Amino acid sequence: MIERPETAVPSIAQRNLEGYVGFANLPNQVYRKSVKRGFEFTLMVVGESGLGKSTLINSLFLTDLYSKDYPGPSQRIKKTVQVEQSKVLIKEGGVQLTLTIVDTPGFGDAVDNSNCWQPVINYIDSKCEDFLNAESRVNRRSMPDNRVHCCLYFIAPSGHGLKPLDIEFMKRLHDKVNVIPLIAKADTLTPEECQLFKKQIMKEIQEHKIKIYEFPDTEDDEDNKLIRKIKEKMPLAVVGSNVVIEVNGKKVRGRQYPWGVAEVENGEHCDFTVLRNMLIRTHMQDLKDVTNNFHYENYRSKKLAAVTCNGVDTAKTKGQLTKSPLAQMEEERREHVMKMKKMEAEMEQVFEMKVKEKKQKLKDSEAELERRHEQMKRNLEAQYKELEEKKRVFDDEKLHWEAQQRILEQQKLDASKTMEKNKKKGKIF
Amino acid sequence: MSESAKPHHPSPQGKGEKTHASDFSYVGIDAILEQMRRKAMKQGFELNIMVVGQSGLGKSTLMNTLFKSKVSRKSVQPNPEERIPKTIEIKSISHDIEEKGVRMKLTVIDTPGFGDHINNENCWQPIMKFINDQYETYLQEEININRKKRIPDSRVHCCIYFIPPTGHCLRPLDVEFMRRLSKVVNIVPVIAKADTLTLEERDFFKQTIREELRANGIDVYPQKEFDEDADDRMINDKIREMIPFAVVGSDQEYQVNGKRILGRKTKWGTIEVENIGHCEFAYLRDLLIRTHMQNIKDITGSIHYETYRVRRLNESNAHFKSQPSDQPAVQPKANGQPEVKPSAPQANGVAAKHEVMSHEM
Repeated sequence: MIERPETAVPSIAQRNLEGYVGFANLPNQVYRKSVKRGFEFTLMVVGESGLGKSTLINSLFLTDLYSKDYPGPSQRIKKTVQVEQSKVLIKEGGVQLTLTIVDTPGFGDAVDNSNCWQPVINYIDSKCEDFLNAESRVNRRSMPDNRVHCCLYFIAPSGHGLKPLDIEFMKRLHDKVNVIPLIAKADTLTPEECQLFKKQIMKEIQEHKIKIYEFPDTEDDEDNKLIRKIKEKMPLAVVGSNVVIEVNGKKVRGRQYPWGVAEVENGEHCDFTVLRNMLIRTHMQDLKDVTNNFHYENYRSKKLAAVTCNGVDTAKTKGQLTKSPLAQMEEERREHVMKMKKMEAEMEQVFEMKVKEKKQKLKDSEAELERRHEQMKRNLEAQYKELEEKKRVFDDEKLHWEAQQRILEQQKLDASKTMEKNKKKGKIF
Repeated sequence: MSESAKPHHPSPQGKGEKTHASDFSYVGIDAILEQMRRKAMKQGFELNIMVVGQSGLGKSTLMNTLFKSKVSRKSVQPNPEERIPKTIEIKSISHDIEEKGVRMKLTVIDTPGFGDHINNENCWQPIMKFINDQYETYLQEEININRKKRIPDSRVHCCIYFIPPTGHCLRPLDVEFMRRLSKVVNIVPVIAKADTLTLEERDFFKQTIREELRANGIDVYPQKEFDEDADDRMINDKIREMIPFAVVGSDQEYQVNGKRILGRKTKWGTIEVENIGHCEFAYLRDLLIRTHMQNIKDITGSIHYETYRVRRLNESNAHFKSQPSDQPAVQPKANGQPEVKPSAPQANGVAAKHEVMSHEM
């Protein structure tokens, strides 16, 4: 029996159900809907060239994003820092993931690396701005989320500590994106060196007050234990490889050296499995949430605060951070109209150009035809002249022949006359 | 005067006895080798090696491994500070080491701070200045009127440049540095921490580096133009096909197959430093110490130093010619007797060259 509360209860009281209602099925519905929708994830990799970023990405997602035919950006040394993104659609178990990998070739490679982080910051801000604009629209049916959810920063395995460049970069990006520092090419370090190095790095990170991504505590004790273990291993020392080697009859992915095989998925050799599990299997959604709730909100409040501060009445605009829907619609309509006008102008231009082209073509073909006509006429005239010539010759011949015939006839006549004469005379014979 | 030059005969006496009966024409000129050897052993040798590279590439460890003792800067400092200095410092540590009666004064010159900053523009300048300063010191000693019997040689004989094992190609910083310094000092490039690369990656990387060196006109040791004869060229060609050496350094010993060897122990295997199948440390050591040490010193003395000297004397000559009233830049530090040298630099040059050669002994 459900008891009706006597007083207005500020907190929600828990009730026990007496039968099966069925809302335990809600997670399944959510699950089915998300599966249909598909997921998006944007991962950024930053580090000097030659630290194995492309190899690690290939190993993490078991695809050849960067292969020999399409060499990764790191194969060529760039003059300035570029930001390149590649999109890949991966399917597994009916779940679709649109994975965007953002690479930063040229980072830290030049002699003078001041401000090499600027292109990276610009990229992240521009993606946040796109999202902000999409969010502020009136019609927001489709909002693609291209914000950078996670940034893997590769630290060179010097064994000593962080470089000034590492510290600068992380300090500038830790409040814009989730930064996860990794020790690259960890098979350079022996286990003792690795431990020392990790401690040194964490000390320096705390010294400089860099906020790297922190794993959230869950209510589950089991999970908490795992999370604490992961925290102790930070920063993760990774080795990447997509080459399959046979070790003791087992096929493993690893790197073959003359002195042994460094296995990528062996927890004792490196922390790759930890990274993969954390990044993909357990904390992907959390990374997206932190990006949305924390980094993006930071950006948004900063951006909008800047806008409102420029306004005259800051008190009045407190409740009008965004304009009223009508004004917004007006603006959108104006934008739309302008866009249309521009498109129209462009189309007209294109049309003009095409017309000109066609005219030119027609003129050309006309000239061509004329030329041919002329040529044919001349041909014909030449032939005509030839024929005339032939006819003349023929006429001449004919006359000549007729004259000859007449002479012949005359001769014949004469001959016959003389014959007759002779015949008459012949009677005498 | 290389350590491997054993005299052909155990003692001139013995040779004399042996040939006394058979060879009247034996004069005994080759006994000079023995005399030279004894003299060299008494005098001892000097070697100055400079190590250049980013921090964390294993320079100190490699020095310790090369000379099998703690000769690096970090081993000598009581409290090794790991911080990166704001400007590039040049730290020079000298040790006297001895082996089988042969004494050597080894100086390791370290350059902490090279290539570690965000803006590494002109980071090679302090190093070039240091090298030129050493040449200058030697030059000043040489043109002294009363000079010492044996001028202390602090010139940098060899500069080992550490290339980070990216596996792709040389970085702009590497190219810039090597281009400028290959003209003043012998550069031996090595691939640091070579246990990062598999054998195929190593070969590919070496090929790329060699091509880039050729494309940029960088002449590293052993330089092609200084090969003296066909034998030299053959040996050096073999070496040139192997540079840059992929090295791994270690000063810790481990037990492998019952033997104690230097190496690095990881969970998937132990890397043996002196095993040619694992890394090329043995080749580097042979080149630097066992076979080409004297050649390195000769080239430094007779070519790099002479180039510097000619340039300096020409400079002071020009200076003198333009300002005859002023005192010339090059002033020998004699007993308060300034002498005007540049009037006949050519003759001086030739004379001094011979004397330098004799001093090299």
